[in-house]
Amino acid sequence: MSKDVVAYMKKDYIEKLLAKGERVDGRRFDEMRPLSVEKGYVGSAEGSARVTLGNTSVLVGIKMIMGQPFSDTPNKGVLTTNAELIPLANEDFESGPPGRKAIEVARVVDRGIREGQAVDLEKLCIVPEKEVWIMFVDIHALDYDGNLFDAANIGAVAALKSGTVPMKRAGKGEDYPIPLMHEPISVTAVKIGKHILVDPTYEEERVADARLTIATNEAGRLCAMQKGGEGSFVVDEVLQLVENSKRLGAEIRSRI
Amino acid sequence: MRENDSKENPREIVVPGDLLAESGMKAGPGAFSEGGRIYAGQMGIKSVRQNMVGVVPLAGQYIPVRGDQVIGKIVDLGASNWLVDIRSPYPSPLHVNEVPWRVEFGETSRFMTVGDMVSLKVVGVDELMKVQLSMKENGLRKLAGGMVLEIAPSKVPRVIGRDGSMIQILKNATGCRIYVGQNGRIWIDGDLESIQRTVEAISLIEAEAHNTGLTEKIKHLLDRNSNKGA
Amino acid sequence: MGGTPLPEGIKLIDEKGLRMDGRRPDELRPLKIEAGVLKRADGSAYLEWGDNKVLAAVYGPRECHPRHMQDPTRALVQCNYNMASFSVDDRKRPGPDRRSQEISKIISEALTHVVFTEYFPRASVDVYIEVLQASAGTRCAGLTAASVALADAGIPMRDLIASCAAGKIDDVVVLDLMKEEDNFGSADIPIGYVPRTDEIVLLQMDGDLTADEFKKGLGMAVDACKRIHEVQRDALKRRYAVDDAAPKGPSPALDGTKEVQ
Repeated sequence: MSKDVVAYMKKDYIEKLLAKGERVDGRRFDEMRPLSVEKGYVGSAEGSARVTLGNTSVLVGIKMIMGQPFSDTPNKGVLTTNAELIPLANEDFESGPPGRKAIEVARVVDRGIREGQAVDLEKLCIVPEKEVWIMFVDIHALDYDGNLFDAANIGAVAALKSGTVPMKRAGKGEDYPIPLMHEPISVTAVKIGKHILVDPTYEEERVADARLTIATNEAGRLCAMQKGGEGSFVVDEVLQLVENSKRLGAEIRSRI
Repeated sequence: MRENDSKENPREIVVPGDLLAESGMKAGPGAFSEGGRIYAGQMGIKSVRQNMVGVVPLAGQYIPVRGDQVIGKIVDLGASNWLVDIRSPYPSPLHVNEVPWRVEFGETSRFMTVGDMVSLKVVGVDELMKVQLSMKENGLRKLAGGMVLEIAPSKVPRVIGRDGSMIQILKNATGCRIYVGQNGRIWIDGDLESIQRTVEAISLIEAEAHNTGLTEKIKHLLDRNSNKGA
Repeated sequence: MGGTPLPEGIKLIDEKGLRMDGRRPDELRPLKIEAGVLKRADGSAYLEWGDNKVLAAVYGPRECHPRHMQDPTRALVQCNYNMASFSVDDRKRPGPDRRSQEISKIISEALTHVVFTEYFPRASVDVYIEVLQASAGTRCAGLTAASVALADAGIPMRDLIASCAAGKIDDVVVLDLMKEEDNFGSADIPIGYVPRTDEIVLLQMDGDLTADEFKKGLGMAVDACKRIHEVQRDALKRRYAVDDAAPKGPSPALDGTKEVQ
């Protein structure tokens, strides 16, 4: 096996450590795992990035094709996000079309990018009402140890940041960089008992009661939020996490 | 168990299909013979013992062998048995006749329930790899409290050490009760901080199992940890 | 396979016998393999071959799903070959297409030949091949990587399988087609080969060849597989190379553009 210690831990062991103020991997509750971002990882994509966040590894690729705009936004390009939780990445993932987990990740990342107006869709218009660029953001989990939301979001922003609109290949003119306007970064935390932990590992996610993902942009404005899991948060916890996300989001943004 | 080469001998890593012996040897575990020659059948370290040559695997799932002591996790209940996950490819049944208690038909949940960790013995494995488990031997029981760690089964011999030397070092340094299953599950009980130190030491063993000088590194780690709290 | 006429002025092989990327007819594209690159999978391998980037992972032996496929006498080796949507110039819709299913089948069959499946009745060894960037010869890259991943997982097996393709461009039989050669060439012969026993466990051919051309191509591919086999062995041995100075664990990536923060 190529994994390091895979600890099967009962929830009470994790909780005992939390009561002492410690996490299994020694991080602070508000600390993220080591992050590495490699832009331009896949040459066949118009933009790509490989992100490793601790032991979670994700590859995001951007592909663009020409197509018709939606009738209610005739001058804007189209953005669509998809996530594949391929079985290679974790023994719990099954083959087949994206299940609800993959769909939730894709939609949350999409929301952050879309509401955060990451891409200037008007600059992806070729011929108004007739021809626009359709941008596919494809998230591919490679190695899953928790927190796909943030790894995928960071990957998407990094891929967009380093990507190119393939005008030349389409015979429409000169290539230009993907028009990135904002950089929405999400920060995800889980709640175990009454403890809130940022950037959960797979084991922490498995025993968590609830999860909250918050995406903010460089101006500190909120773009997207998603609560998951069957547990709950109190208002103060949510507000605290908003502050956390702004701070950590800024740190992450400076490294993409 | 496997430390048949001295510290000076470099460990020879072999991959499946590598030639281990031309003639005159028998194939040991991890090796196979073809046309009179012995070849490696798994990735691992070549091991030679008298006239037998085999491979000590560096990776691989747990393969149940009769006589193994293992730690199982109850995953399902039947009317007269429990279904146990012992980290082999299939869950195995533990029949009510193989436990030290008297269990009435349909009463299995009173004694053990889903999620419980238990120490068991493999009393039989048939050609279909169907495993018979038993809890009847002395010392086998439900493991309450503490926590259970999972490591690669191929690393278990290193955690135990030659004649149990490594596990003794761990027990002495941390004061924990440590029970190692052949299937790569390790039960650790003690106060929280001692459990943490034990987990850290075992993680190091797993990462460095194929290297030399491991005993020194472990001793160093444990000494360093105990000074921390002093 | 193309067989379409080349655009004006482009020659796949020039007067000096050099190909578009400067290779001689019997030269392989650069090949790098790294074993044990994923944390969660039981075994894994990452491979870069020309512009191909392929990741292979193995889980197992484990309980066989779907259950009705279980074989009471041996383990199944179930391989799933998939191309990522962004791996090709024109985005590929996610999900298995007929080509992927065919490739999955023939790779499963090849791997089954070398795995000691009788040791694990009723179980399954699940192999996943993910093409992250494609540039001709992905099935050969996939099988080559999958063999390494199986060994990395400690699966009992007789041998590693090396895989490579020969082909024909401009009436010349060549080794290891690149993208343009695959598109505009006139034959493609991927093989899976076990050097120790001289066995061919995967073989396909499409295009137009005489028996002599096929024989020449097959010979080239077999020789190349022997070289590829050494690269596979080296990747596995390096995985456990004793080096206390080096950082433990697999490196995050292999190309030079890395920015580790």
